[in-house]
Amino acid sequence: MSSRTKQVLSIDRVLLGFLFLAAVLTIGPFLWIALASFKTQIALLMGSVKFSPVAMNYDEVLFGNTSLFARNFVNSIIVASISTMAAMTTGFLAGYSLLRLRWPAWVVNLFLLWAVVFNLVPPVTLAGAWYELFRAVGLSNDTVALILAHTTLNLPMSLWLLSSFLREIPRELEEAAFIDGAGFVKTLWRVVVPIMMPGLVSTGILVFIFSWNEFPVALALTNNTSATVPVGIAKFAQENEIKYTQMAAASVLSAIPALLALLFGQRFIVKGLTAGAVK
Amino acid sequence: MAQSNNRRAARFFSLFPAMLFLILLSALPLFNLLALSFAEVTWAEGAAHWNWVGFDNYKALASDALFKAGILNTTVLVITATSVQVFLGLVLALACSRLGGRSRAYRTLFLLPILIPGIIIGAIWRLMYNYQFGVVNQILHLVGLGPVDWLGSSSLALMSVIIVDIWHWTPFSFLLLLAAVEALPKDVSEAAQIDGASKWQEFRRVSLPLLWPAIFTTFVFRAIIAFKVFDEVYLLTGGGPGTATEVISFTIYQRFFVQDNPGYGSAMSVTVIFIIATVIGVAMTRQRSRSQ
Repeated sequence: MSSRTKQVLSIDRVLLGFLFLAAVLTIGPFLWIALASFKTQIALLMGSVKFSPVAMNYDEVLFGNTSLFARNFVNSIIVASISTMAAMTTGFLAGYSLLRLRWPAWVVNLFLLWAVVFNLVPPVTLAGAWYELFRAVGLSNDTVALILAHTTLNLPMSLWLLSSFLREIPRELEEAAFIDGAGFVKTLWRVVVPIMMPGLVSTGILVFIFSWNEFPVALALTNNTSATVPVGIAKFAQENEIKYTQMAAASVLSAIPALLALLFGQRFIVKGLTAGAVK
Repeated sequence: MAQSNNRRAARFFSLFPAMLFLILLSALPLFNLLALSFAEVTWAEGAAHWNWVGFDNYKALASDALFKAGILNTTVLVITATSVQVFLGLVLALACSRLGGRSRAYRTLFLLPILIPGIIIGAIWRLMYNYQFGVVNQILHLVGLGPVDWLGSSSLALMSVIIVDIWHWTPFSFLLLLAAVEALPKDVSEAAQIDGASKWQEFRRVSLPLLWPAIFTTFVFRAIIAFKVFDEVYLLTGGGPGTATEVISFTIYQRFFVQDNPGYGSAMSVTVIFIIATVIGVAMTRQRSRSQ
């Protein structure tokens, strides 16, 4: 009996060791880039382990005369917030409509097919299609074009997730509200939205992060003034003399939304990511 | 009567915005892409002219070395990276599930790479792989090895990209598989143990078969995302050296935007969409017929 207990304990120890190793490998690169962002270019190139930290990279990236990063940051916030709101509202209304308002089966299947096909297609192929479309209607390099593109890109996921959360709400609640004379909008706003809050938060966080992270479409649809954070960071790598430490500082700054989401919404993120895949 | 009119209006207007996005920003551009793939676009006096060229763009694809390299490298990356991710993800998931509450910090930590922009992952690893000052070579130096030109050598570059992809996406496999592992019925494995099955026998004969559908789903999900790989490659290698890390999204981007050849880029896009749809279709039917 005691040998069996010992064996179980040692298995646990191996597993913990394995997890610890995986954790070190996961966090290591982030720590390394964070350290690099506080080094001078010389300290980084020398590979110094000991160095006196400087804030000049952050200063240069955020406030430097030639740096567009602050602008990229604002653009990203605008694009991600507006496209998240648009994708959520559209997805929520459509999800509710398709689930509850008795559309013919072919309409429901059409949207389902769209959501699936859209997930298969590489965004680069859509980037080309959108580029042509927005150029034709005079929205080249316009933030509005990117907002519309990101809304379209995230709508299938938003629709998919919100439908799966809507399905968990008992129909009787809404019917009771209807019978009490509440209109359509009022029922949605006062009855459905409050119950769905956790699902809405999950979806919102994920859609925001996906829009914030999206690169190929933003690269194709923006220019210097409308570029988002990922496009700005990619620019660092294309200069003749790469400012490695500034690239590191910009990388750390652009991870802020992800870190905030992780700190405050970890439970919601797991819920969203797994609901999207499992259902 | 007024009530039913109201409901009909509500039904229409609730789906209307999504329909607009579906028609104007999805179906229309994709249809345009299809049409464009049969044309060559020339510019005259600031306006685009489409010259219909039939299947010329598609014929040219067959002899395009870059396209072939893109398809080949992407396939290698998808299969290798996805297999390793599913395997590691499963091991991590089993470990976390067994340790229960003691693994909470790890579960949070493993979410981080999923949420960080792909382009940042590229930036981080580009610095870490740096021949001169990268931490990877520094560590190798400590044990008396290297330095290695991770991104500049054509025999290593694709492997280096695959390592980054594994690092980036193993947590996603882990998350999906953890959900499946935690949902395993406890009584079945307990019954197996009471019957005298060893840990390994129990896993091999009881848990693994139950997990199989989840493993398959995770593999398909990951493969779909892996096929779109673009951000990391863009920053790490730009498809080089030579065509060593040319992946299909990157080839399309080059043809469409850098060489400004929308007709040819469209033909490539349409072909890739067709290939993906076929592969997924076949995989799904296989799986369905197997599980029946």
